[in-house]
Amino acid sequence: MAVTIAKERWTRKVAEVLLGSGLTAVKVGGESTLPFIFSDGEIPNRPVVALEVWDMEPVDWPEPLVSSYDGVLSDPVAWAKKCVEYGADVVCLTLVSAHPDNQNTSPEECARVARDVADGVSVPLIIQGCGVEEKDARIMEKVAAALGGRNCLLGCATQKNYMAITASCMVYGHNIIASTPLDISLEKQLNILITEMNLAANRIVIDPVVGPLGYGIEYAYSIIERTRLSALAGDKMLAMPVICFVGQEAWKTREARSVTGEIPEWGSQERRAIQWELVTATTLAQAGSSLLVLRHPESLKQFKLHLNNIMQK
Amino acid sequence: MLLIGERINGMFKDIGEAVLNQDPNPIKYWARHQYEAGAHYLDVNTGPTVLAKEQAAVMEWMVKICNESVPLPCCIDSTNPEAIEAGCSANRHGKVMINSTNADQRKMDLYLPMANKYNAAIIALTMNERGVPRSAADRAALAMEIVVNADMHGLPMEDLYIDPLMLPANVAQEHGVEVLEAIRQIKALAPGVRTTIGLSNTSQRCTNRRLLNRTFLIMCMAVGLDSAIVDMDDEALADAVTAANVLLNRDIYCDSFLKTCRYR
Repeated sequence: MAVTIAKERWTRKVAEVLLGSGLTAVKVGGESTLPFIFSDGEIPNRPVVALEVWDMEPVDWPEPLVSSYDGVLSDPVAWAKKCVEYGADVVCLTLVSAHPDNQNTSPEECARVARDVADGVSVPLIIQGCGVEEKDARIMEKVAAALGGRNCLLGCATQKNYMAITASCMVYGHNIIASTPLDISLEKQLNILITEMNLAANRIVIDPVVGPLGYGIEYAYSIIERTRLSALAGDKMLAMPVICFVGQEAWKTREARSVTGEIPEWGSQERRAIQWELVTATTLAQAGSSLLVLRHPESLKQFKLHLNNIMQK
Repeated sequence: MLLIGERINGMFKDIGEAVLNQDPNPIKYWARHQYEAGAHYLDVNTGPTVLAKEQAAVMEWMVKICNESVPLPCCIDSTNPEAIEAGCSANRHGKVMINSTNADQRKMDLYLPMANKYNAAIIALTMNERGVPRSAADRAALAMEIVVNADMHGLPMEDLYIDPLMLPANVAQEHGVEVLEAIRQIKALAPGVRTTIGLSNTSQRCTNRRLLNRTFLIMCMAVGLDSAIVDMDDEALADAVTAANVLLNRDIYCDSFLKTCRYR
């Protein structure tokens, strides 16, 4: 019995965001079909993979991560160069030291470090704040100015601080991460608020604040999937590429942190943790995420191999 | 809900005069105005004062002005086949729409091939030389004749917009429920086919015109109406459509949902 494969005919697409400039610029998004379904539309850009750099030496990072970045963990510029060596398309600098509980680093100092990292690598940059909304607004003001004209991706803007960060992006020519915790209506609302300030819609990347495998990934999956479906059906305020901070979430889990032997059935920590990060990444890419921030270089390598296979038409 | 703005029609005084005086400005104004209100198509009608032999040229002129003003396709509204052809040929944006054919065999044989030629969408009225049918079933029967003919000509179902013909509430009040039932039946009988109505017919010569129009449009949306020719000047209409899209689970809710109809 012959089976007719039903073809969808989508009339709209996800916006394409440009990060960086010149020969190392990277395009994110632009899909006019569901993830990896080549028969129904275009997938002009592979999902983009970033590795994460901190602006201070991490305390209490799992050993598999620490050993991958041996010798560079206290030097963000060297660390960023290492990430590029490992094959990252983009580097994500997280300004962890700015958190009041860490070093409470000033916005000016953050901007200096961001500038050093930007000068040290040629790939596009994502700059993430410390997660304290009011402080991030002030940090991004200085960072945006210091990186003026380099077309970075600044985050994370929330309903509380989006005005300052949007203004900084507009004045200095950057893109913005719009962050809302797993709520598609709030996601849409924040994108409307940002575009009402006249930042172009194709300068916005959506962060749905995902959970890793085993800790709510299904919910994130369905939000990201619904976002893609809405984009394809013509909802311009959900037609933005999605970013997932995979490494940040996966390496918090017990599965990543439990040392080999603690639970004998769980086997080797390194293998287990990398697989946890990798499966989180591949799952969220399958949902529709086009920009994934990982931590372990082996996860990145395996994820890129996976993409090589799945991007064949 | 595909919205077709009705205002560029020679029956309106300002457009009638613009056509007479070859003045593009009122047409430009209403093209822009309807576009900004959220219209997806601009209905273009030369009006009854233009002589038959001049209608094609006037239609071409009007369509060109609309195309130059806004990036919207036109809906070519005429009973004159030459004017329809001229309008289709002149349209530069998107997919042009023919307004209209009906279930008359001669008309279908004339307009369906024309729709194919210009890759146009086409509105088809569920009436023939015997007039507008009374019951939903009779409307649906004429609709199916149109569907069969369209299919024979190879017209895709999503380019066919069946209009079950709404009549004014003051003189033909019994037609409203029949139209609603007809839309439901047509959508069920011919999957993929689209539907439309000339919304302003609902309230011709009635009081509270906009309230009647708006209320009927939402009723139609609930039974599956795909598009309508409407007065885009009624802001409450656009708002009601946006609200209905949320309630029918077609658009994701957000607190600023009323602003979303301005984003295309």
